[in-house]
Amino acid sequence: MIDPIITARGVDIFYDTNQAIHNVDLDILPNKVTAFIGPSGCGKSTFLRAINRMNDLIPTCRVTGDMKIAGQDIYAPAVDVVALRAQVGMVFQKPNPFPKSIFENVAYGLKIHKITDSKTEMQDRVEWSLRSAGLWAEVADRLDQPGNSLSGGQQQRLCIARAIAVKPKVILMDEPCSALDPIATAVVEELIDNLRKDYTIVIVTHSMQQAARVSQRTAFFHLGTLVEFGDTKTIFTTPEDERTQNYITGRIG
Amino acid sequence: MIDLTKKAGLNLNSRHRAEQRFRWAGRSAIAISLMFLTLMVGSIAITASGSLRQTQIAVQVDLSADNVDPSDPASASYGRLIKSGLRSMFPDVTSRRAKKALYNLVSPEGSFEAARMVAENPDLLGGTQTLWLTASDDLDLYLRGKIDITLPEKQRQISEAEVVWIDSLQAADQLRRVANWNFLTNGDSREPEIAGILSALVGSLYSLAVCFALSFPIGIGAAIYLEEFAPANRLSDLIEVNINNLAAVPSIVFGLLGLSIFLGYMGLPRSSPLVGGMVLALMTLPTIIIAARAALRSVPPSFKEAALALGASPVQAVFHHVFPVAMPGMLTGAIIGMAQALGETAPLLMIGMVAFIVDIPDSILEPATALPVQIFLWADSPERAFTEKTAAAIIVLLIFLISMNLIAILLRRKLETRF
Repeated sequence: MIDPIITARGVDIFYDTNQAIHNVDLDILPNKVTAFIGPSGCGKSTFLRAINRMNDLIPTCRVTGDMKIAGQDIYAPAVDVVALRAQVGMVFQKPNPFPKSIFENVAYGLKIHKITDSKTEMQDRVEWSLRSAGLWAEVADRLDQPGNSLSGGQQQRLCIARAIAVKPKVILMDEPCSALDPIATAVVEELIDNLRKDYTIVIVTHSMQQAARVSQRTAFFHLGTLVEFGDTKTIFTTPEDERTQNYITGRIG
Repeated sequence: MIDLTKKAGLNLNSRHRAEQRFRWAGRSAIAISLMFLTLMVGSIAITASGSLRQTQIAVQVDLSADNVDPSDPASASYGRLIKSGLRSMFPDVTSRRAKKALYNLVSPEGSFEAARMVAENPDLLGGTQTLWLTASDDLDLYLRGKIDITLPEKQRQISEAEVVWIDSLQAADQLRRVANWNFLTNGDSREPEIAGILSALVGSLYSLAVCFALSFPIGIGAAIYLEEFAPANRLSDLIEVNINNLAAVPSIVFGLLGLSIFLGYMGLPRSSPLVGGMVLALMTLPTIIIAARAALRSVPPSFKEAALALGASPVQAVFHHVFPVAMPGMLTGAIIGMAQALGETAPLLMIGMVAFIVDIPDSILEPATALPVQIFLWADSPERAFTEKTAAAIIVLLIFLISMNLIAILLRRKLETRF
């Protein structure tokens, strides 16, 4: 049995008095892709954002329960969110490169964390990140062009390169392919599979096919509760819960 | 059967008519405002055109060693020499009153002009020279037909005798019209022919510089804090409401505040661009803060989110990603505030920038006046010729404004990042 990297025990999340997540217990295993699926508004994105405390930006949002990464409580008062987010990167639904050059986009994380001061090291790291994101061949000759001059799929891979440049342990992806066409989606999915070797990936997706294709573990959320969690194969072939069955066969959702 | 040309039934005719009506209403609104603008600027420009040129009068001045000491030409009494030159041109003028009228053909500035000419060109010394001196404003007006000589003598600015003199001077080619650079290089004067805009222009520039240096950093800082960092509570709401209210406070109130605090309590120099700029800064701060907050709010939150998710601290996320994108918009807001400040008169009256300033101020601590105040002062002057000066000063103010806006547009183009 592998030790989980992220553990959640009895996690409740509230927006004001409105409870979005009810008593979720969940283990995320390292170097696996974990998919969160479920109908809109089921709380899967809320739960994802709780992992790197992006919910802190919403003043009314409150997280209770126990959420640990590598044995450390994410919500302990001593935790610095900056240090947490350096370990838990995030890729958003809509590609959001900074309005700066491709190089600057990838180098930004390195600069703020002062990972390196040497120019050549910085260039090497940017190249490595872009190669890991499978974007290097397409942008090598135009690193000084604005990041938003790329196509949607390329922009999303640029955002992935930006996230992995600081070498996080975990990458959270919030519906990363929902704004992309099927070809760009296929490229990103292949990339996710390659990244699994070095990172733990948690992905929220609306597409059950995508969850089946890219993930090893799947969690099905419904109305703020975790209904079923297990190996992707099991979930998609022999779900235990009726609601899961109904959702994956398209009867609800 | 589908008929795409059918109009009946879908109410198409009346919908098209409504569209046309709206279009024409819009166009006519624009046409009317353009017409009024042209009318206003046109009439000011036509009035101002009179002060583009000024009249000079040729006076024979005896600069021989008897009158001017060649080793110290500055000590000579040029006013007396010009008067005797005028007398020699019109030897039949004898009465005291007539002589006085004759002397008045040349501007009081004439003696300084003569001294300057001699200082610049010492070769003039040693004999009688023809010097072209600035003529009086009444002579200038008469020459341009602005004085109605069909009126009874008592009701017009120049007498019958003066008309005769001027006509004879003109017949003898002793009058000429030249470009009026004095207007741009002189300070204010009681004599319209030599009154210039420079002291007010410099005063305005200094005040605006002080205003910008104070209100831009403070305003932007306040906006960033309120928009990005301030906790959403009752106090923040109260501050927001108050800022919006302050933007609507009449500017003279800020002048009173400046008078009592900056002058009365802090004892800063009266009439100085420093205090003027401080008062204008108070007045423009709300405008800048409101515009800057709007600019910050228009930045897509995804930039900030992306930076935070990478582990940037909130300050880094704001200053690296939100601030640069909002900068052009904040700059535009600042320029709008500055343009308002440039045209402001009331608060400056309260802190004494309404003084009669002849000298060009050298620093922000010296007494100065500002362009709109100068316009106000000239518009109030009884001399006819000041009407043209007033119009010309308005044109200078407008050019100042337009160039400020132009700079703002250019800066914005340069800074604007596409995303």
